[in-house]
Amino acid sequence: MQLAVWTYEGPPHVGAMRVATAMEKLHYVLHAPQGDTYADLLFTMIERRGKRPPVTYTTFEARDLGKDTAQIFQDAAREAVTRFNPQAIIVGASCTAELIQDDPAGLAEAMGLPCPAIPLELPSYQRKENWGAAETFYQIVRALADRSLKREPREGRKARANILGPTALGFRHRDDLVEIRKILSALDIEVNLVAPLGATPEDIARIGAADFNIVLYPEIGDEASRWLERTFAQPCVRTVPIGVGATRSFIADVAELAGADPTPALGDTSSRMPWWSRSVDSTYLTGKRVFIFGDATHAVAAARIAREELGFEVCGLGCYAREFARDVRAEAARCGVEPLITDDHLAVEDAIAEAMPELVLGTQMERHIAKRLGIPCAVISAPVHVQDFPARHSPQMGFEGANVIFDTWVHPLVMGLEEHLLTMFREDFEFSDEAGASHHAAHSPRKATPEPVPFVSSEVGTQVEAPVSGLSTALETNGEWAGSLWTAEAERELKKIPFFVRGKARRNTEAFAAADGRRQIDLDTLYDAKAHYAR
Amino acid sequence: MSALATLEGCAAEVAREDRPDDAPRPILRERGQREVFCGLTGIIWLHRKMQDAFFLVVGSRTCAHLLQSAAGVMIFAEPRFATAIMEERDLAGMVDAQDELDRVVNRLLERRPDIKTLFLVGSCPSEVIKLDLAKAAQRLGAVHMPRVRILNYSGSGIETTFTQGEDACLAALVPVMPARPADAPAELLIVGSLPDIVEDQFLRLFAQLGLTRVGVLPARNARDLPGVGPNTRYLLAQPFLGETAMALEGRGARRIEAMFPFGAEGTSDWLRAAARAFGIDATHTEQVIAAPRARAERALANLRPQLAGKRITFLPDSQLEVPLARFLQDELGMELVEVGTPYLHRAHLARELDRLGPAVRLSEGQHVERQLDRVRADRPDITVCGLGLANPLEMEGLTTKWAIELVFSPIHGFDQAADLAELFARPLRRRDLLEV
Repeated sequence: MQLAVWTYEGPPHVGAMRVATAMEKLHYVLHAPQGDTYADLLFTMIERRGKRPPVTYTTFEARDLGKDTAQIFQDAAREAVTRFNPQAIIVGASCTAELIQDDPAGLAEAMGLPCPAIPLELPSYQRKENWGAAETFYQIVRALADRSLKREPREGRKARANILGPTALGFRHRDDLVEIRKILSALDIEVNLVAPLGATPEDIARIGAADFNIVLYPEIGDEASRWLERTFAQPCVRTVPIGVGATRSFIADVAELAGADPTPALGDTSSRMPWWSRSVDSTYLTGKRVFIFGDATHAVAAARIAREELGFEVCGLGCYAREFARDVRAEAARCGVEPLITDDHLAVEDAIAEAMPELVLGTQMERHIAKRLGIPCAVISAPVHVQDFPARHSPQMGFEGANVIFDTWVHPLVMGLEEHLLTMFREDFEFSDEAGASHHAAHSPRKATPEPVPFVSSEVGTQVEAPVSGLSTALETNGEWAGSLWTAEAERELKKIPFFVRGKARRNTEAFAAADGRRQIDLDTLYDAKAHYAR
Repeated sequence: MSALATLEGCAAEVAREDRPDDAPRPILRERGQREVFCGLTGIIWLHRKMQDAFFLVVGSRTCAHLLQSAAGVMIFAEPRFATAIMEERDLAGMVDAQDELDRVVNRLLERRPDIKTLFLVGSCPSEVIKLDLAKAAQRLGAVHMPRVRILNYSGSGIETTFTQGEDACLAALVPVMPARPADAPAELLIVGSLPDIVEDQFLRLFAQLGLTRVGVLPARNARDLPGVGPNTRYLLAQPFLGETAMALEGRGARRIEAMFPFGAEGTSDWLRAAARAFGIDATHTEQVIAAPRARAERALANLRPQLAGKRITFLPDSQLEVPLARFLQDELGMELVEVGTPYLHRAHLARELDRLGPAVRLSEGQHVERQLDRVRADRPDITVCGLGLANPLEMEGLTTKWAIELVFSPIHGFDQAADLAELFARPLRRRDLLEV
């Protein structure tokens, strides 16, 4: 038994959902109790998808257990196929259904469905989300790839590549794909297939038609790519193009496999990161101590960029993905730090607190840790939250990705000259290190203080952040001014209002009292004002 | 209940037909995919309400993932809940799992000396493998009492839907409430977790009514439980507390029949019922509620034009649907298209159901695909639904309100009546406002 407060990865069937949701015309019939449908909100809320994930949950209950849960599964599968008419379905069990051993694979096979049913064995008590995604993608490719396919001779046609790995709920997968397509187009290479994102089961059938594969996210695409290597003799590009150097290597690798001239892609004039990093304003970045944690691929890429492209000092490096820990260990050795391989976020918090970095690059979890510790932070890896799915184009890969990374990592830091001024005028009440960097509007890092915790959060699911409101804080602490109008009882009542709207409530009530000619603000005034401002 | 006929399956058309006023109300019962949270979700508000309590879910990675996804409250360093994630080796043998649980609990209590009550919360997997948490609670309780009281309940999805988790939790507290003797003076017990600010408003109103012996379940301090006995009259603040009510009846307490305290009318009825039960003079009661009631009505009057005549459908979520529908219909003039609820407690909702017009389609349970077909056919102005369905419906051009906000926001009582109405008015206003 493992004691966990937060987890970096969901269960493996959530990984399968990421693949199913990314694809088109594929449906997932999941044997699961009611409640497991929570996973839909990951896609509809966090990623803001406008469509429900293509998942039918059997949602069995306790009273079904003694009876025939297998029948429930078959009914759900039949109904899903009729209603959604998919080209193929994947079938499997969540953690609870795994225990009742109904064998969805056998049940689906026995039904004689009009489309292929691909069984998934995802051991919930051993494996996690990324593994589940990789296994699901591999099983889909294995089941649907047309093995009789013979590649046309290379002469007289463009080279063809498959792009493997992007899924739903992936960190910047949507935007990375745009950049990769740009590079391939510059090299005059045809994209045979992108999968899982946007692919249909029928598309997967012709996966063998490509000359080679590009694995963008090894955590998800590696397993399938190795099978493709064996089955179709498709070589594979495994360089992950995050950072300027890695993008150059990626272009060289791809060009070599395609027999193309890399120059047009290498000469991308929108690559600004090298000059931004070399310009004198960036001098202050030199030797900034940075702590990096994430999935293996993004953590390793971040460490390289930090060392080679921004001149940071990596003071901590780790990942939660044990399956890919080897790469992280190797990179940690290059950085001269002990690798931290763990999925216990409390251990990561301890490590960050001990390293006292100037910048944390991590997942949502590290963002929260950094916030508590008052350290600037940027998110580089899943797990991510709603704010990590920006409306704008914001890739991590390719030269544009490197530009984005420069901005994203440097932004949380205090700028060069300002850093000096802070040191000089440390005591200035407006211009102190506690006030944070001047170019930050509302989310400056600050000293760790216990945060008041409201009973309610009105924006569940989208993770509200408490704004650091200077104004309301000033009003709170200005006891003399505030105390003159308010009765003690009303003042106590006001404190019960969530702190992030308290300042507004106070101002509104006072404006109301003034307009109404009341000399004192008692409980009734407070609530009269509340009623007055109700729209 | 006998008066209520039921319809099988997809009989929506039958439910919609006009019937004579005295005909029994048909209820659409469906069986299929349910798009609801499990009872574990209740931990998200219960752990904030009971400040000395800790909730340890004994479950799988899915349970832990649900809590953090549904909560979205990762701003807390270490919230007062966690999951003991069962692994392959725990499933190999039961003795092993109990030992493991001891180890996890001991480690947790060492880390968190501030915990005074620990709930071991059962989940789908722990229920399926029949991991005996009652036994574990007893064994661990023997070790850690009096410093820590250890209780257990199940929040599993196979047994509980969303707010039923709170019901199960409160029901687990009832047996450890101190016994009040048969000759103790009559006492009022408010049952159901309310935000502190709302709870305080109600306590002030009861004090003004002349009721000073008022207990609250759950107490803010789980070790500070109110007493219960034959002279306890309890008043439900939430409509989803069937099991808790039964447990209280088992200890001699008697329920005060009332509407639920949503809106000016519901709150008035709720307070009046309590006052009547304690023999308070009706004129005095009316004097006490007159001012706050008028205030609520004033605030609601501002919102009524935005909501009157608008058609609303509730998908099943929290069991709050029926009283909220009554409020929106009676006090804001909304038209109820379908009121879905995961479970319909006919006795507790009797007064509420009386208010719903005969044309209102009631549904219990869920077949989500068919229900969405009905929403698409009905095209209500606003649909109340879970987080998994809201954006997809919006994408289809149907305005929605997240149901979960109704559980997480202060919506009870006079001074929150307008806030409650605003939760429904805002999505509609926004729809009209946007030009993108």
